[in-house]
This record gives sequence, structure tokens and C-alpha cells, in this order.
Amino acid sequence: MTSLILRTASRFLITLLLLYSIFLLLRGHNAPGGGFVGGLVAASAWALYGIAFGETSVRKSLGLEPQTFIALGLGLAAVSGLIALFGKKAFLTGTWLIMDLEQGRKLEIGSPLFFDLGVYFVVLGTALTIILILEEEES
Amino acid sequence: MQRRISFVGAAFLLYSSVLLLKEILASGIQVLQLGSWPAPYGITFVADILSGTMVVITGLIGLASVTYSLQTIDRERQAFGYYPVTLLLLFGINGAFLTGDIFNLYVWFEVLLISSFVLLSMGRSRSQIAGTVPYVVMNLLGSMLFLIAVGLLYGNTGSLNFAHLSLKLSDPVLAAVAQPISLLLLGAFGLKAAIFPLFFWLPASYPAPPVAVSALFAGLLTKVGVYALIRTFTLLFPLPLGEPNQLLISISGLTMITGVLGAVAQNEFRRVLSFHIVSQIGYMTMGLALNTRLGIAASFFYIVHHIIVKTNLFFVSGVVQLSGGSFRLQQLGGTYRLSPFLSLLFLVSAFSLAGLPPLSGFWGKFLLAQAGLESGQFPIVVISLVVGLLTTFSMTKIWNEVFWKNAPNSARINPLNRTQQLYLLLPITVLALITVVIGLFTDPFSSIALRAADELIGKQAYVKLVLQNTGGANP
Repeated sequence: MTSLILRTASRFLITLLLLYSIFLLLRGHNAPGGGFVGGLVAASAWALYGIAFGETSVRKSLGLEPQTFIALGLGLAAVSGLIALFGKKAFLTGTWLIMDLEQGRKLEIGSPLFFDLGVYFVVLGTALTIILILEEEES
Repeated sequence: MQRRISFVGAAFLLYSSVLLLKEILASGIQVLQLGSWPAPYGITFVADILSGTMVVITGLIGLASVTYSLQTIDRERQAFGYYPVTLLLLFGINGAFLTGDIFNLYVWFEVLLISSFVLLSMGRSRSQIAGTVPYVVMNLLGSMLFLIAVGLLYGNTGSLNFAHLSLKLSDPVLAAVAQPISLLLLGAFGLKAAIFPLFFWLPASYPAPPVAVSALFAGLLTKVGVYALIRTFTLLFPLPLGEPNQLLISISGLTMITGVLGAVAQNEFRRVLSFHIVSQIGYMTMGLALNTRLGIAASFFYIVHHIIVKTNLFFVSGVVQLSGGSFRLQQLGGTYRLSPFLSLLFLVSAFSLAGLPPLSGFWGKFLLAQAGLESGQFPIVVISLVVGLLTTFSMTKIWNEVFWKNAPNSARINPLNRTQQLYLLLPITVLALITVVIGLFTDPFSSIALRAADELIGKQAYVKLVLQNTGGANP
């Protein structure tokens, strides 16, 4: 089960996959991507890790129970919706914080990003819960 | 911990829903465009009197059921997440009542169905699985019909927003093209509401789970179907006011008769009650089918009355089972001697269900009969009255067997302890009081019902408000 090639390759692949998932997450607002695919890609990174090193090391590297990720994500998404209420707007209305960087560039941080981040964590948590339970039942 | 949070959550739900209803009654229909995306593109929530009242009732029943669960749900179920799933179910039900978009209605239906699947099968006893399978299969079938109908509707009209759809379907050509879709929707919602001939999954599945779950289902789930039927046939595919929907009238009559006859043949407490749900659904669709102001108001009134009374009867059956050890009528008895107070509560609810004055059920039936006579639909009125009589008969049967006769020698009787009495009898008493109050002081309730009917009939106001309100307003 533990092949040297898989283990070595997966070290590189997992880093790439996680980076890619964050790229997808950030890209998602105006282009294809977003929290859902990002979360799936991240979950697949950990799934790969699980295949290479066994599911106990996945749990160790996560640090938290996968279910905690679900709760965290749901909470984050809900809070991102509530932000709009402070500005007396309807629930989930996009609220943007625009920061001026040098050379005329702007950094826009908005509540949709946090909503997407919430989705990311929910998807990650859900997928990992399922994967881990299935793998543990097998062994 | 789990229990406390759920209790507080359910209480908060009731509180906020009451606030919402107050706001609706004071200042009319409330519209919320999520994320400030204007209708028909965004996600719309609309609360008129019908929705608002349903949400209040959901909060009430939810709180009652959680209170009841505190003493009746075992640790194993709790560990499997009984309370969160119950709250998720309430979440789905409320969403279905409040949404202003037919596709979102589908999504909410799925939310509540998935939670109900979990609640039904949790515990994995043989009878539960046997009850769950028809429930899951039939409801998935209903969802599929619903989805097909939504797809066809979107293909024909290019919209999913209720208000926008209503506007588009007022074009006679488009309405004629879309007419078959209304039948699909009738099938889909009818299945979930358990109307004739699509009801058989209900008596099979409702007696299976713990009583707190049965009671919640019995009160609320089928009524979501009825609610969706009301929306469909007042907002999307309305007949001219006063012209009765003959198909729906026949269905209502058959639903009443088959339901009550099924109940008469049963010998198990919760199965009797389950068949009565079916028969009562007929009354609710009858008012809608009459398609008059009074008829729709009567339906509305009847739904409210029914949810409270039926949930309460299921609660009573649970207490009887706890102290008498069984749901089977033959094995029970002597409850009156054991607990006269519980018997009184049962009697109130049972008579209310059967429609004896001065309880709420009487006024529900009275309004329906009046509406039926006004529009000259005599056969259905006769049927509804005869079915009321038969309901009395089968309630009397339960009374005789469970409460009046002496306990059979085999019965193991264990009286409730103090805490059980508090947590079990409190919700029952409150619900019984509500049916008495509705019965004694009917005027405010029936005037709300008439206002709700006016809103449903005068759908232009609803449409205008949804399509004009481009967000920003905070309900």
C-alpha cells in the first residue's frame, strides 16, 4: 500500500493542489472558480495524502476534526451575510472594503470573499468527513 | 448542552416569527431580496399573512416538539444529532413557507425532506426502516415531478419567481400552454400533502418514528404540500374567482372519505391518527377548490386549527404509550382512572378534530360548510359533514378503548414521574388551550383568515410589491 514513488510524488502534488485550490477560491468572484471547486480540490489533496500515508496522518495534519471545518465554514458564511445588516442593507448584500495600494492599484476585499471562504471550508469538511469515514471502515 | 441550545433556538424561532407576523399584520406584505439583487433575478423571500401565520405555527409546534423531546428522546438518537436535524427540518419548513421563487421552493422541500429522512430512519429498528422506504421513494418521486414541472415552467415562461410567473401567466395564450404544468404541480404537491390517491405512504411511515418526530411530521409536513397547492392555485394558475375547481373538489371528497374509512378500520393509536391526517387534508383542499373568498379563508383557518390539534393528539398518544406501554388499542385502558387531566386534554383535542362546538374544529368546518353552500356545491358539503361524524366515531373508539375501559390484565402501567409530567403535559396543555381559545374567541382569527384570503385573491398587490421592491428595505 505504501509505495515510495507515491509518497514522494504526493509531497509535491499536495502542495500544488492546495495552492491551486486557493487560486481557484480567490479567482472565483468574477471568473470560473470559487469556494466550491476550491474546497473540492483541497479535499482531494488531503485524500491523496490519505492514500499515500494513511488516514491517521491525515487527521494529525488537519489538527481539527473535519466536522469542525463544516461548522467553521457555516459560521463564516453566515457572518459574511450579517455584515450587510450593519449597513442597513438586506442580508447577504455585498459589502466592499477598498484599499488603495501604491501605483494606482486597488485591493478590494468584500463580504462575498468571506462567503466563498465559508463555502470552501464546508465543502472541504464535508468531503473529508465522508472520505475519512469510508477509509477507516475499510481498514 | 445540545438540548439547551435547541430549546433556546426553537424558542427564539417562535419569538422572531411572532414579530414577523405582527409586522405583516401592521404594515402588509414583507419582501426581502437577498443580497439586494432585484426580483426576478435574485433570491426573493415574501411574507404575506398566509406565510407569516404558517411560520408562527411552525415555531410553536417546533418548540412544543423540542420540549417534548427533552424527556422522550434517548441518548443514542441524541448522539446521532437528533436535535440539530430537527432544527434543520424547521429551517426547511420555514424556508418553504417564505420563499418567493418556485425553484427555491424545490430546494427548501429538499432540505426538509432530507432532514425528515434522517429523523424517520434514525434508530434503525425494523418497523422504522419499513416505514421509511415508502416515504423516501414516494417523496423522491414527488420531488422529481416537481422538478420536471419547474423545468417546463421555466422553459415556457423564462422565469421562476412567483410574482414574475404570475404576471407572465396572466397572458391567456401562455396560460393555456402552461396549463398541463399545473396538473404536474398538483401531482407533486398532492403527493406531499397526501391527497387521494397518493396518500398511502403516510399511514405507513408516520407511526414508525418516536412520538415527538411523528407529531412534528403530522403537524407540519403535509401542510407544506397544502401550502404549496394554495400558492399554485391562487398565484400561478388561478381560476376566475368563484368558479370551483371541479377536479380538486372530487379529490377532496375522496380524500376525506378514504382517510376516515381507513381510520375506522385501524386498531393502533397512531395509525388511526395518521389516517385522520389524510381525511383532514381533504377539508383543507376543499376550501381551496371552492375558490371563493370564504372558501380560501376557511382552508387557511382549517390548516391552523389542524396543525395544532393533530400534533397534540400525537403527543397524547406518546404519553399514553409511556404510561400504558403500548400503542395498540386492545392492550391499553384505564387511562382515565390513572390521569383524568390527560384524558381531558385528549377529549378537547379529539372533539376539536371532529368539529364539536365550541372548539376550533367546529369553526373550521362551519366556515367550510358555509363556503360550500354559498357556491352551491352540496355533495361536498354533505360529504364533509358525514366525514365529521365518522371522525367523532373513531375518536370515541379511542376514548372507549384507551381511556374508559379497564386496563387489560396484561397491561404494564407505570405512571409518569414529576419531570416527565412537566415536560410532556406542558406542551399538550398549551396546544389544547390554544384550540379552546381559537374556538371561544373566533372573531380575530377568522378576520385574519379573511384578510389572508383577500391577499391571496388580490394577487396584484403581491406581484407589484415583489417586482417593484428592488431591495434595500429591511423587514
